[in-house]
Amino acid sequence: MPFIPHTEEEISQMLEVIGIDSTEALFDEIPSHLRTSGLDGIPEGMTEMEISRLMHKRASQNTDAVCFIGAGAYEHHIPAAVWQLTTRGEYYTAYTPYQAEASQGTLQLTYEFQSMMTALTDMDVSNASLYDGASALAEAVLMAIRGNRKSKSRKVLIPRTVHPTYRKTTETIVTGQNIDLLEVDYDLAAGTVQLDALKQAATDAGGDITAVVIQQPNFFGALEDIDAITDWAHENRILVISITNPLSLAVLKPPGQWGSENTGVDIACGDGQPLGAPMSCGGPYYGFLCSTSALVRQMPGRIVGRTIDVDGKEGFVLTLQAREQHIRRSKATSNICTNQGLVVTASTIHMAILGPEGLENTAAACHANTTSLVAQLTDIDGVRYAFSSPYFHEAVLVLDQPVTAVLEALAERGILGGYDLGAEYPELGNALLVCATELRSEEDINAYQAALEAALDVETRQKEIA
Amino acid sequence: MSEIPSELKYTKSHEWVRTEDDGSLTIGITDHAQELLGDLVFVELPDVGDEMSAEDAACVVESVKAASDVYMPVNGEITAVNDALADAPETINDSPYDDGWLFKVSPSSSDQLDDLMDADSYETEIED
Amino acid sequence: MLIHEHSKPGRKGAPQAPVSKADLSDIPSNLLRQDSAALPEVSEMQAVRHYTRLSQKNFAIDTHFYPLGSCTMKYNPRACNSLAQLPGFLSQHPLTPDELNQGYLACMHELQLMLCEAMGMAAFSLAPMAGAQGEFAGIAMIDAYHKANDDDGRKEILVPDAAHGTNPATATMCGFNVREIPTLDNGDVDIDALQQAVGPQTAGLMLTNPSTLGVFERQIEKIADIVHAVGGLLYYDGANLNAILGKIRPGDMGFDVIHTNLHKTFSTPHGGGGPGSGAVGVAERLIPFLPLPLVSQDNAGYHLVKEQDAPQSIGRLSAFMGNAGVLIRAYVYMRLLGRDGMARVSEFATLNANYMMAEARRRGFELAIPDRRASHEFIITLKREASELHVTAMDFAKRLLDLGYHAPTTYFPLLVPECLLIEPTESEAKEALDGFMDALEQIRQEAESNPEVVTTAPHTLPVKRLDEVRAARQLDLAWKPEA
Repeated sequence: MPFIPHTEEEISQMLEVIGIDSTEALFDEIPSHLRTSGLDGIPEGMTEMEISRLMHKRASQNTDAVCFIGAGAYEHHIPAAVWQLTTRGEYYTAYTPYQAEASQGTLQLTYEFQSMMTALTDMDVSNASLYDGASALAEAVLMAIRGNRKSKSRKVLIPRTVHPTYRKTTETIVTGQNIDLLEVDYDLAAGTVQLDALKQAATDAGGDITAVVIQQPNFFGALEDIDAITDWAHENRILVISITNPLSLAVLKPPGQWGSENTGVDIACGDGQPLGAPMSCGGPYYGFLCSTSALVRQMPGRIVGRTIDVDGKEGFVLTLQAREQHIRRSKATSNICTNQGLVVTASTIHMAILGPEGLENTAAACHANTTSLVAQLTDIDGVRYAFSSPYFHEAVLVLDQPVTAVLEALAERGILGGYDLGAEYPELGNALLVCATELRSEEDINAYQAALEAALDVETRQKEIA
Repeated sequence: MSEIPSELKYTKSHEWVRTEDDGSLTIGITDHAQELLGDLVFVELPDVGDEMSAEDAACVVESVKAASDVYMPVNGEITAVNDALADAPETINDSPYDDGWLFKVSPSSSDQLDDLMDADSYETEIED
Repeated sequence: MLIHEHSKPGRKGAPQAPVSKADLSDIPSNLLRQDSAALPEVSEMQAVRHYTRLSQKNFAIDTHFYPLGSCTMKYNPRACNSLAQLPGFLSQHPLTPDELNQGYLACMHELQLMLCEAMGMAAFSLAPMAGAQGEFAGIAMIDAYHKANDDDGRKEILVPDAAHGTNPATATMCGFNVREIPTLDNGDVDIDALQQAVGPQTAGLMLTNPSTLGVFERQIEKIADIVHAVGGLLYYDGANLNAILGKIRPGDMGFDVIHTNLHKTFSTPHGGGGPGSGAVGVAERLIPFLPLPLVSQDNAGYHLVKEQDAPQSIGRLSAFMGNAGVLIRAYVYMRLLGRDGMARVSEFATLNANYMMAEARRRGFELAIPDRRASHEFIITLKREASELHVTAMDFAKRLLDLGYHAPTTYFPLLVPECLLIEPTESEAKEALDGFMDALEQIRQEAESNPEVVTTAPHTLPVKRLDEVRAARQLDLAWKPEA
């Protein structure tokens, strides 16, 4: 039987030890009229050959177009060793490291991960990861509410330059807890949130604000005025929550140094996908969450600490567990129990192999490629860069024609041309978010330029005919 | 057998209460409670000036295997907290009734004190 | 030794990155990083060797019997992994237009349908990224349902005292008050107490069936009636589905909403603590509230349901598509099993548990609930060993590691003192079960003749017992470069 090792003889022996005649008797405490008669809606089982054939076919139905979409998930090169090591059975099929002595591999790796994340963000502490960037923001907001004892308002400022699904996810998760998420509009010309707008929102809300969220680079790829915002927030006893692309932190100012005096943010979160997780249709990725030491006891999720054994030998354990649901139950910091251990394993190995120089070169190459892409595409008549702000790694273009049709025409030419901002940001007009990572070659970018020229031309002609 | 000083008052949730000469109250957790919790690793103290009612959770004591709320025994205002516990939570294990005190309260009235248990009643309570 | 301690400044040149650093002078200098992040600088081989060696310090299903109660550590078929890692899936951007993503969406739509059939529910959403997020989605839907009916006074969620800690934590996160319902000695919910507890304030009851005590809740129909009679809804915690898969469906028991742990029942890997997946299923009346994304099908193919078409949805739980790669693995596993294979799962998981329970009895161990049929797991209580021999459940657990077995779940459920919650799963052969019982017996003999070998265990692992108090008092959570 698939995945069941029992022989007929063993089954008889086991039933005899139990003292019953058939396996059917094992279910004799279930009311018989509730029993299911068979799962007719589920197909018969397949062999590994059959399912292999099916899945290869399904995989081939997905597009192999060249990807210029970013918007929170990025196609990067992942060293061959990363997933070869990560899918070793000892990592892949282990459970949460509750028995520390039998889990030193996972525990030490997680401690190394925490060390790498605190280095990248320049924060004091990191947890062992959350589900993804969006849910990490929700947990960061809840953490700020618990952590800011000087504020009673439960009001959090979130600019519209924060990733739209991050905002929606946060709303879903915190909605039961009487927290006001106050949206702050951005400056249309700059593509960033202005300090004055934040000040105004704070005044309108009565002055007492618990936290402010800033994404850098923001959803548009534009660079926010992080120092001024951080200074203002801290002068007003507002906690600062940053969302960053962790790869960008190899070259951009880390959250732990935001502020004109490098005082740093209070909570730093984001999605770890760019560090070793394939795009994989949307997951699994992981959320990272770092903070100052002062807030460590408000941190949700697992945390690994270094300690010693009875002989004084170094070892690693889950620590601060009394915050968590299995002990604290209804008073826990969060209901979370899993982290994204396997993806964190990949990410840790990814960072170790690339090292600081590899990550810096990769991040810089992403920016350089996006800069070339923007330059070449804005050379085309009817295409312009949307904002006055500098950008990093990702940028908004405005077309003189509706984006939907253009993207379809590009897809026919083997190009996934970017993310259509029309639904979330109608005020931007025909706006398209584009990104070219280090994987996009000069030929790819030239091909995009040619395809866009052709697509716009076709569109223009069709419009003229109409 | 855990220590239960006869001059103190007690609650069912294992707080002890000492009435000082000036009428203020000092509050901590009992020897029995610290034994149940094991080695304490963290204490989250209230803020001086907090006003709370009886049975409000005033602070949290944490060991590696449990976190437990410490409740206000009476209505009142927090007038002092034992800051030394921040760096040395084990003081509660070593000296639950003296150096391991948690916070001081100025009670709104003295009536509620009569509702608390004396040492004998508390001893009976924890034997059950 | 940490990876950081293998690092040497200037050891660089990873062939996986661009060889030089592109110009960043267009970015204002106050927004740039001034120092390099303190990440390790090691060669590829050093990294490979380090992480290979670290992996060897883990117990895992692939290396050890792992009878961790309530966690369903069954074999994870390798085909699920290799097929989920086909380039067509791995390189797919989550915002790819639906029409270019049909292969993936077809798998997800079929997964939704298979889960509906297996669980007896009307619809499923694959959005939640873990069991706890599935619980959150379920309770948020119950809240949304009552509010949609202008029934705003339901502020209480009932939870049996045997429940997983996530249940009360979830209810609190959703803004409810939690009321605990006691459990009888025979493992069933105290019906009288439940009857007393319900009322117009009751939003719902969260129940695991079979319960965490390893027995099937026989009064389930009565419980459903009591909760439904006052207008409450019934939530099924899918932690123990492996015990009943293909035998009885939560929908047929009267549950209105359920989460499944695909990483337990449907064998996606635990990965050292995740990613999991907590797909949620609902009865007809809760369909409008399901979290997004959902996959629908029409003549043109498969689509992600748009937000404007689901105005009552509780919303999104992640930036994109939940733990998509985990869902593909679960899909492959379900197709490998098929309908008969699913019923075999619960049959052999239950056979293994009842066999071990009978063996435990025969060998003189005390059972927590001796007179009931075990589900896919059962509980031994070592309270006699603890009081007479001063050897605790924790000591037994640590000594088992020396003998080559991962420990069962200890000290859960909280209701049973000094307990071992043992879940063998269907994929273990009889000789593994016998070997484990021999080991337990050996430890008990040691506890009588030479208790120190047990109370100071483990002796053969990379480290001995670790100082958890020190870890919590002198927090060392990250390596930092020397200043």
